[in-house]
Amino acid sequence: MTDQTSRQATATFNIDTVEHAAQTPDTELPWAELGLKQNEFEEIVRILGRRPTAAELAMYSVMWSEHCSYKSSKVHLRQFGEKVTEEMKKDLMVGIGENAGVTDLGDGWAVTFKIESHNSPSYVEPFQGAATGIGGIVRDIISMGARPVAVMDPLRFGAIDHPDTARVMHGAVAGIGSYGNSLGLPNIGGEMVFDPIYQGNPLVNALAVGVLRHEDLRLANASGVGNKVVLFGARTGGDGIGGASVLASESFDDAKPSKRPAVQVGDPFAEKVLIECCLELFKDSLVEGIQDLGAAGISCATSELASNGEGGMNVELTSVLLRDPTLTPGEILMSESQERMMAVVTPGNVEAFEAVMAKWDVEYSWLGEVTDDNRLTITWNGEVIVDVDPRTVAHDGPVYDRPYHRPSYQDALVADTFRSAVDAGRVPALPGTGDELRAAVLELMSSPNLADVSWVTRQYDHFVQGNTAMAAPDDAGVVRVDEETGMGVAVSTDCNSRYTYLDPYAGAQLALAESYRNVATAGAVPKAVSDCLNFGSPEDPEVMWQFAEAIRGLADACQQMGVPVTGGNVSLYNQTGSTPIHPTPVVATLGQFDDVSRRTPSGFHRDADGQAVYLMGVTRDELDGSEFARLRDHLGGVPPQVDLATEKLLGELLINASRDGMIDAAHDLSEGGLAAALSEMVLRFGVGARVSLDEVMQRDGVDAFTALFSESQSRAIVAVPRTEEVRFKDMTTARGFPVARIGVVDAASGALEVQDQFVLPIEELRERWAATLPEYFG
Amino acid sequence: MSTDLPLIGDFSTAGPVLTGARVGVVTFPGTLDDRDAARAVRLAGGEPVALWHAETDGGAALSSLDAVIIPGGFSYGDYLRAGAISRFAPLMDAIIAAAGGRDGSGSGLPVLGICNGFQILTEAHLLPGSMIKNDHLKFICRDQALRVENNATAWTRDFGTGEEITVPLKNQDGQYVADEHTLDELEGEGRVVFRYVGWNPNGSRRDIAGISNAAGNVVGLMPHPEHAVEAGFGPDSDHGMRMGTDGLGVFTSVLASIAGETK
Repeated sequence: MTDQTSRQATATFNIDTVEHAAQTPDTELPWAELGLKQNEFEEIVRILGRRPTAAELAMYSVMWSEHCSYKSSKVHLRQFGEKVTEEMKKDLMVGIGENAGVTDLGDGWAVTFKIESHNSPSYVEPFQGAATGIGGIVRDIISMGARPVAVMDPLRFGAIDHPDTARVMHGAVAGIGSYGNSLGLPNIGGEMVFDPIYQGNPLVNALAVGVLRHEDLRLANASGVGNKVVLFGARTGGDGIGGASVLASESFDDAKPSKRPAVQVGDPFAEKVLIECCLELFKDSLVEGIQDLGAAGISCATSELASNGEGGMNVELTSVLLRDPTLTPGEILMSESQERMMAVVTPGNVEAFEAVMAKWDVEYSWLGEVTDDNRLTITWNGEVIVDVDPRTVAHDGPVYDRPYHRPSYQDALVADTFRSAVDAGRVPALPGTGDELRAAVLELMSSPNLADVSWVTRQYDHFVQGNTAMAAPDDAGVVRVDEETGMGVAVSTDCNSRYTYLDPYAGAQLALAESYRNVATAGAVPKAVSDCLNFGSPEDPEVMWQFAEAIRGLADACQQMGVPVTGGNVSLYNQTGSTPIHPTPVVATLGQFDDVSRRTPSGFHRDADGQAVYLMGVTRDELDGSEFARLRDHLGGVPPQVDLATEKLLGELLINASRDGMIDAAHDLSEGGLAAALSEMVLRFGVGARVSLDEVMQRDGVDAFTALFSESQSRAIVAVPRTEEVRFKDMTTARGFPVARIGVVDAASGALEVQDQFVLPIEELRERWAATLPEYFG
Repeated sequence: MSTDLPLIGDFSTAGPVLTGARVGVVTFPGTLDDRDAARAVRLAGGEPVALWHAETDGGAALSSLDAVIIPGGFSYGDYLRAGAISRFAPLMDAIIAAAGGRDGSGSGLPVLGICNGFQILTEAHLLPGSMIKNDHLKFICRDQALRVENNATAWTRDFGTGEEITVPLKNQDGQYVADEHTLDELEGEGRVVFRYVGWNPNGSRRDIAGISNAAGNVVGLMPHPEHAVEAGFGPDSDHGMRMGTDGLGVFTSVLASIAGETK
């Protein structure tokens, strides 16, 4: 334990005080190097009535960055708040704006979850980038007063055979595993997509789920004049400073380290201790407000805590415990060193707070106190270096309504349908015979985006905490919350960015539809949404159009489906050179189970032998943007039709069927259509099935190829015990939902048989399916 | 279980206690599977008791206990060698003494080390050999088949010798190594308690997954029996998805041993 009163040696700086700034209005400041635009710098000068000090400039520059201020996205994100009904808000305890949204689960329980990006760091340094992505999102969850109970990681990399992909993939997966496993958080699912569009800009998103009792809810506000402000956890170092290095000119000491890592370095052990330590603080009600330190570090934590509370705060910056005593005030304010938390503690709880720190061997230092003067005042050895209205830093950043227009290429893209490409001979003839279809199924299931991902998931602990009821490869991750009743939650993240590229409005809706469907297929009632909006540069009007359309689509869809967006994250400027990534709004849906023992497995178990296999929903000729089209290097046309009312009805039917014991297996149809879904269902437990496409082909007017590979939405396959068939059919008929009995589970066959077409032994399928990732990654 | 139990890591609240046996579960900084081990003890019918690594009066803390489990995790982040720091915890001296000492001659307190706990027991020299990084250099999490090679220990008496069980395995440093002489001695004295079946997941010598001391009261194993104790939350099994409960036998075994001794 550290004596928090002992000041470490700090370098001698030519401190740019507020007083000095007022006296030297004409000093040149490196605002452009810090990423500020001229109008933004002028606005800062207007707010302050003088030039900012170096420390103030550091704070404004990071807090007004795209990442922290959402300046380009704010005008669009408002829709998530506007398009919310009272009904949708019923269980919403904390909405957008806090560290993470909180949803009521009943019986005094609540759940918080959020998804965030850590894309750029994960490209520069995949291991640490991905690891600290987990670390950051987990601290958001702790900040709400919750115990983290699970993580998920949607990943998108470049082409599987590109030499750089292995570097990023190995590092990111190892980083996620190393950090998450060491925290004792089960990794319950995610996504894995390979596409050249992500070659120079992989997407590493991370989601965390936490649970809490209502009384443990904490918010990021500094309330109570005279309460103490404390920084605890890891020491502050020079990592993750990035642009702040231009402020090094304020230092006298030229010998300081010049190159510092722009990517933060993670210490999962420190974070694990921090989790337990925070939970002990919450249990004994020792903190009034709490905020994790992520992007923009102390700048963000102090300005947000102050502006959300009584309005003011005094902080003495030399009290910050440092790893590197040469850091300048500006660098200390901007440092993104990991595993740090800031809290507000009443004077009466100081001693008890320190006892908890001592028990867990966590370092801490008291930085200052809460005031009611609406000023955030930061001093350096007593000299005032920051004197600002914290709201102007945290909330009143610039807002841009950036110009956007439909891309010039969009019409040609939409006109180039898969069928037209086939007709024109730009895509080889489609498989028609049974042998050709069989070969196509094998090709599909061994393709990078549908192949077995256990190379990845085996590196993640999904058992720890003992509450995991379902994890990858099932449709959703499921964890129990209440051990007495079995109540729990399901989460799934999804986005098909090929669809979103073809039509951002529809594509974003399809992302919600798929994650909603996955949660419902598992048997849970969808309740809330978090989104990670990965796009290119907002300064490109065509990208901005994709963004605006996707937000509008997602907000409309959430309203129609009745699930509120509770939080999330925007990641812009994702591009390789001047080529933006496909718009990738990853949608995470969270659902609730009364009892997780009702969860529905995504494959046929041996006990399901002889059960009837039903295909729910209608199959149309929808191959544009499909996985099969990807196999033929085609991307054009329009994505599958969106029908949210049908999607919601399918969800209701799946949930009811699971609650009433009418189904023993269920799997949604998405990428790869029926072919992929059936393959995955027989692969799950190695139990085969015999199906016939006749009824579907006749009823829906499609050929065998289309029946197998179309990606029509609002579909699922279920296994229904013979004794439940009448009830199941009565239910679907009564609700007017089309179903077709396509076959039976056949354990003895050891194969997927599509009658009149082909027989595919599971072992042959498994061999091809399992070989792909090891072939490229060892 | 009380409702706040999964949230705050306090698992000392008594549950349905069948045997009256009290089993300590040690928490170090970085321990992860402590609440899971406590749950396993409770589901087997015992009463779990939380033990803190920094307990200075370990003798007194252990005196009211019938057995101790050192659970899995990454104590001190495994930043040095796994278990190398934890073994110096004040409580460990008391555990070593209560277990009958390092020579393994005593028939003392039953002690089970799981995963990181096994690593700590080897670092503490209660068990021979050591654990190094998996031969494939990656963390691995899978449903693992094991053969119970010796059912004469305090932690395996509810199994049959030769019985095959499936429990989760999850580790980074799980490759058991020892010199040939030690390995021959372990084999000769029947102290190889669990062996990997089907596939050796980490390159362990002679497929060893778990061993005991000479007296059989101290057992260490890499796989996690505490994650196969509750239907719906364990490994996949013939009974369905995540329905495997083969690990429960480890915990019922020690409760039976305790009950047997007090008769």
